[in-house]
Amino acid sequence: MQVRRLIAWTAVPLVATLGLAGCSGDDDAKVDPSGVVSIQIAEPQHLLPSNTNDSSGIQVLSALFAPLVSFDKDAKPVPDAASSITSDDHKVWTIKLKDGYTFHNGEKVTSDDYINAWNYAAYYPNAQNNSYFFSRIDGYAATQSSDPDGPEGPEKAPLPRSKTMSGLKKIDDLTFQVTLSEPFTEFATMLGYSAFYPLPDAAFSAPGVINKDYESAPIGNGPFQMNGKWEHDARVEVQRYEPYPGTKPKVGGVEFRIYLQPSAAYADVLSDNLDVIPQIPTESISTAPDDLGERFERSSASQFQFLAFPTHESEFANPEVRRAISMAIDRDEIVRSIFKGSQQSARSFVSPVVAGYRENTCGAACEFSPQQAKQMYEQAGGPKKIQISYNSDGPHKDWVDATCNQLNANLGVECTATPEAKLADLLTKVQNKVPVGVFRLGWIMDYPSMESYLGPLYTTSGSSNYYGYSNADFDSLVKQGAAAPTQEESIKFYQQAEDILARDMPVIPLRFSQNNFGYSTRVRHVVVDLYSRIDLTQIEVLS
Amino acid sequence: MVRFVIRRLLQMVVTFAGATFLVYALMFANQNDPIQALAGERPVSDAVREVLTERYHLDEPFLVQYGYYMRDLLTGDFGTTLNGRPIGEIMADAWPNTVKLALLALFFAVLFGVAAGLVAGLRRGSVFDTSTLALTLVVVGLPIIVLAPIAQLIFGVKLGWFPTTAGARPSLYGLILPALVLGAASTATMMRLTRASVAENVRADHVRTARAKGLSSRRVVGVHVLRTSLIPVVTLIGVDLGTLMAGAIVTEGVFNIPGVGSKLLLGIQTEDGPLVVGFVSVLVVVFLVSNLLVDLVYALLDPRIRL
Repeated sequence: MQVRRLIAWTAVPLVATLGLAGCSGDDDAKVDPSGVVSIQIAEPQHLLPSNTNDSSGIQVLSALFAPLVSFDKDAKPVPDAASSITSDDHKVWTIKLKDGYTFHNGEKVTSDDYINAWNYAAYYPNAQNNSYFFSRIDGYAATQSSDPDGPEGPEKAPLPRSKTMSGLKKIDDLTFQVTLSEPFTEFATMLGYSAFYPLPDAAFSAPGVINKDYESAPIGNGPFQMNGKWEHDARVEVQRYEPYPGTKPKVGGVEFRIYLQPSAAYADVLSDNLDVIPQIPTESISTAPDDLGERFERSSASQFQFLAFPTHESEFANPEVRRAISMAIDRDEIVRSIFKGSQQSARSFVSPVVAGYRENTCGAACEFSPQQAKQMYEQAGGPKKIQISYNSDGPHKDWVDATCNQLNANLGVECTATPEAKLADLLTKVQNKVPVGVFRLGWIMDYPSMESYLGPLYTTSGSSNYYGYSNADFDSLVKQGAAAPTQEESIKFYQQAEDILARDMPVIPLRFSQNNFGYSTRVRHVVVDLYSRIDLTQIEVLS
Repeated sequence: MVRFVIRRLLQMVVTFAGATFLVYALMFANQNDPIQALAGERPVSDAVREVLTERYHLDEPFLVQYGYYMRDLLTGDFGTTLNGRPIGEIMADAWPNTVKLALLALFFAVLFGVAAGLVAGLRRGSVFDTSTLALTLVVVGLPIIVLAPIAQLIFGVKLGWFPTTAGARPSLYGLILPALVLGAASTATMMRLTRASVAENVRADHVRTARAKGLSSRRVVGVHVLRTSLIPVVTLIGVDLGTLMAGAIVTEGVFNIPGVGSKLLLGIQTEDGPLVVGFVSVLVVVFLVSNLLVDLVYALLDPRIRL
């Protein structure tokens, strides 16, 4: 299977070379600088940066807002709307904004706009989905609260002690200081995410209260401004914002067209009624190379699928057992037959989109070798019966069944696939140590860093470490990485930590997701960035 | 006649109240964790969970929740979805699409179904009769989930006769293909019904009398045969209208027409009681009104029926 390695980042140098290649390569095609490109999305749940965490909403916001940092082709952060993001101790960060940025209503972008937006996002009673992104900032705890008798109980949570985070300090109109509660070298990497966009004064009807009409036509600081209102279930239209001082987009506007089903969008791309479909549905993947030819492309995405072992169950306590199970799974076969190549096999513990990713860190333990696996499994005394639990509200039945069949055939065990109605049910059982056997989990990074995988998934206190893996060496390496003086040094620590995972195998890496995107004959230079968004600064419309 | 209509209208009020209560109860019984259902596989923070639970009274017992809902409903407020969109607004967007699509589908079904059925009924055993019979068998046997994408691929993508998708603000032209697909099964059923009914009525006493009077065959067929043959067809129309509105989930998805079917599906997936009940209430009204109309039309078609 040929997987086109990704070209998926917004970087100034990359844009320049691509631009040149465009000039020399396809002169015959004329580019229409005022053309409107149409991109498929689903109905966004929200269009407020602090509350948007669905991919459709994030795609729309990327048109309306400019991030503080964007990423170069090595997934390293480079300042974008910021002119510099610096820190001596990685605890106190000084963010200087570029001059000349304005919101679409003409308001100048100032440091207050960031501070107000971030405080609003963090404040517990506002119940913003992206609140936790601000938890590293000093004073976040004071903006939080907790319900004394749980969310279901009759008592209300008391109001938090503070409405604002003490770690955010304005220096002047274009400079502000962020103090973290603990040093974090890769703080700048986090700032590329859409939760960290600023909000204009016009977004607030009173201090700390979002204007209720704001989401129907968000005003941002980005390359495009709203053209009309968010037409629910129909479209969100944006047009180029001429005073935008950053990298100018090469299209006049974007129509984000809302589809109920990706299959309808795919049919529209085939008949040139729609320009870009960011994720071709699996049932059409096998015909896409014929249907679209060169206009069907793939790139790596950040989602990571794996099988986890409850380490409190003694039958899986021996790492040899876990390695043997891993070696008995033919990842490529499952990718080919179940996913039609829409995902890629994983042989590492972090996704290919982050800086510091290395191929095949898992080594021999992720190579398919049934004889060796069976031998190892019997020597290590693995259990005769294996149960694999999954949540049936996601599309997991087919591949879990296939995995079980492979284990039956290759290890001579009796494997059963057990559905749980919802992921939450499964996780509750795991937390209460109800025996569920091996179970599936998926993970999407919060920010493009190895730490966003290693920290939450494998450290002893990790927020999503449901399997109770604990290794003191690993914990200390991740901690050292987070506090290392430069990003390069952080990555070295993280990579050492990843090597420990390859030895211990607390989870079996199975697959990384892919962006399987396609586009019409009207557009070119369609590039997907590491948040799986279509890069709106590179796409061009042909006239 | 007037007494009949008033009695039926009063029955409607009771049916309506009962139906909303039942649907609300069913949705409540099915409700597991709507907040998690909305978030999909992403984890939900305590703050979000708490505020939403509070705002939508999710921790209250069933009757209290139903009370809140009915109180708002009686003031014309259908409530909001969990991500804060007014359900009244969703209905205002979805209903026009669905009504247009369903009426157009019904129009094609009646047009083609009755015309073909009439010809087939008058010329039993002819080539036309046997070939349409075979065709209707195929159409009835093909589930819409197969028919819709095939029609889209052939007539939309390959031949380009129709737009591949209709979109949220569909043009009449864009709705033709979806309506033909949606109405295909009804067309087939209507054709078979008309054929059987016409075949029977051609030999009926009143038709023989009409012929004996020396009426032109045009008038015999148009007035005496067709009029009485339409009674079962009208019954079917009344039932189909509601089904076409509620059951267009597949057609709406394939041709990207956000309407009632897809909103109902969304409501069920996200365990959103108010969203489902809002749409179902209106559907109940549609069913009741169309059945009342059917009963009234009976009287027009057959003078022997007295209301």
